[in-house]
Amino acid sequence: MSSIKIELREEDVKRIKEICASFRNDPQELINVLHRCQEHFGYLPAEVQEVVSEELTVPVAKIYGVITFYSFFTMTPKGKHPISICMGTACYVRGAEKVLDEFKRELGLQVGQTTKDGKFSLSSLRCVGACGLAPVVLVGDKTYGRVAPDDVKNILKEYEQ
Amino acid sequence: MEEIKMVKYRKQILVCSGAGCDSRHSEEILDNLKLELEALALENDIQVIKTGCFGLCGLGPVVKIMPDDIIYTKVTPEDAVEIISEHIVKGKKIERLVYKDPLTQKLVSASSEMASFKKQLRIVLRNCGIIDPESIGEAIARDAYLALGKVLKEMKPVDVIKLIQDSGLRGRGGAGFPTGLKWKLAFENKSDEKYVVCNADEGDPGAFMDRSVLEGDPHSVLEAMAICGYCIGSSRGLIYIRAEYPLAVARLITAIKQARDIGLLGNDIFGSGFNFDIEIKYGAGAFVCGEETALIHSMEGLRGEPTVKPPFPVESGFRGKPTNVNNVETFACISPIILKGASWFSSIGTEKSKGTKVFALAGKINNVGLIEVPMGTTLREVIFEIGGGIQYGKKFKAVQTGGPSGGCLTEKHLDTPIDFDNLVAAGSMMGSGGMIVMDEDDCMVSISKYYLDFTMDESCGKCSPCRIGNTRLHELLEHICKGNGTMADLDRLRNMSLVIKDTALCGLGQSSPNPVLSTLENFMDEYVAHVVDKKCPAGKCRDLMQYFIISDNCVGCTACARVCPVNAITGERKEPHLINPSICIKCGACIEKCKFDAIIIK
Repeated sequence: MSSIKIELREEDVKRIKEICASFRNDPQELINVLHRCQEHFGYLPAEVQEVVSEELTVPVAKIYGVITFYSFFTMTPKGKHPISICMGTACYVRGAEKVLDEFKRELGLQVGQTTKDGKFSLSSLRCVGACGLAPVVLVGDKTYGRVAPDDVKNILKEYEQ
Repeated sequence: MEEIKMVKYRKQILVCSGAGCDSRHSEEILDNLKLELEALALENDIQVIKTGCFGLCGLGPVVKIMPDDIIYTKVTPEDAVEIISEHIVKGKKIERLVYKDPLTQKLVSASSEMASFKKQLRIVLRNCGIIDPESIGEAIARDAYLALGKVLKEMKPVDVIKLIQDSGLRGRGGAGFPTGLKWKLAFENKSDEKYVVCNADEGDPGAFMDRSVLEGDPHSVLEAMAICGYCIGSSRGLIYIRAEYPLAVARLITAIKQARDIGLLGNDIFGSGFNFDIEIKYGAGAFVCGEETALIHSMEGLRGEPTVKPPFPVESGFRGKPTNVNNVETFACISPIILKGASWFSSIGTEKSKGTKVFALAGKINNVGLIEVPMGTTLREVIFEIGGGIQYGKKFKAVQTGGPSGGCLTEKHLDTPIDFDNLVAAGSMMGSGGMIVMDEDDCMVSISKYYLDFTMDESCGKCSPCRIGNTRLHELLEHICKGNGTMADLDRLRNMSLVIKDTALCGLGQSSPNPVLSTLENFMDEYVAHVVDKKCPAGKCRDLMQYFIISDNCVGCTACARVCPVNAITGERKEPHLINPSICIKCGACIEKCKFDAIIIK
């Protein structure tokens, strides 16, 4: 499991319990609970899973199984500015791979990694449904359309401060 | 409760807020238009409406002025002032923003004159781009919930099911199962509790039909789910939607609340004694959850792994109860069928595929966007007339339909009428309606590798044909793209594909080799070029390319040698240079630097 060890603060535990309670501690609501927890923490470390397990009476192993099954859930914290490159078909045929390569080179990261200063993380995703703008890059909530490898440097510059 | 008021406006400005336009600041355009109108005290005279997708996603943000029927494309927030001052106040068209036909280069101002709209027939998308999706009043003004009222007041469940069966409607999610029959089976299975599920887990890369319907006209889906609940005897509806579609989720939540507030969802709808309510369940990014048994497990808080059918969900689905699962687009067809009749719907389309189909056109095509055409329209009409042909005048090579489960069709299939059965016969499938157009620059071997990469990633791992077989297929394709393939590998590819097709557990595995099989069938020459000549005809496979310097063009400026990261380029100043192929890593840096077109790739 995750190599990062964190200590949950009391209010964090309370927040998780509240989230579980708002879904009646129903084990069938596990995915909705995990969505809310990830919204709160940004990721789902083992310690969070343990609290959820207690509350919903679902074994931790099962929760781990669910988290690793769905690509939306992550056990590693994302960077302050998470960068996602769409690798949907429309973006792929319009050169998304080259854009991804350029981000990898500029940041010295592989997909799924975060920079040491915690500023950027890199991920690829499957189709955001904005195929008209292919290739598409998301930085946080901001969408960049028709991105060419040459634009990568400028995009990163926007977040330098 | 939302007040439904009718105010007469002189003009309406419709601003598209579909995903494509929204990410290009359509919200800001909307705000600027409103501010400008207020500044001129015109806000009671001119109405600004935020609508769902127009279908012109490649030209976004799109603004339409009614009743003038003028479409402005690629509008920026700064253009808002000019739209008001020139068009609204002076009545002058802003030519620089008017859409230009990509083939004739002529300005097309009236949207009804646009080639891309002429061949379309909008049933599912009837309200998209016309109403404000966040206003139930506008939806009702366009007949939303009229069919629900008719059904509850005048029809028995069996009559409605018969009507849907007679209409010939088939499921739009991909497989094309007759919808009426599914409802009938769900109706006949007796149980104290049943569920109506809307599958909005649109996972195909390059497909955004369901998203656009939910963003543009959410009430059409809610209404149809209630009708389905009445028919099969269910009072609970569930919408399973991707968490990656925040705008669609937000609009659904608003729509459900509005419908509850005025009694169109909840208890005793239309005073008929029928109860029905809808809740939203979130997906979490797993392609296989589009398969109905996997989707149901996911809604139960489990890993989304499919199970063997039978039992079918209509017998034992969510929480072991009979569950009717339909796709967004299928639901969106229901109300018009009830209001206009089964024979109206079945008069559209081909013998075995009735009605229309929404396609998301994307890739190397001029008019990227959302279209809806009658079944039986040919691929040529879709790509060259509605889609406006291939970008930059390049040559059409293939069109991929059905996403990762479909296949690549070529020139020879262009005149095939599109319907469920014809596409399967041609080696592809309808799928949910993604249509990706490829041109001469696309390498079909890498395309099939791309799709295998996708299925390999998305395979749930439960059955070995899919988990291991697709990994092996991907390895073989990788091998071929690297220039290490042999003719025997091509036989292996085909044989293994056929085994996976026959033995995988669910629809995802059974269809995953389709991209390989269809490209082997239609582009064998490209595979042969990769394995025999060790060449990639499209120039995409990096390992099969070689960089050369044309000595006649090279002036010896040394720009390329200086930029080469591995010092593969040598040569004296003012003398032609040379690339050493054993050192070259094919990064392409030299080609970008050369000002004399002296470097070529072969």
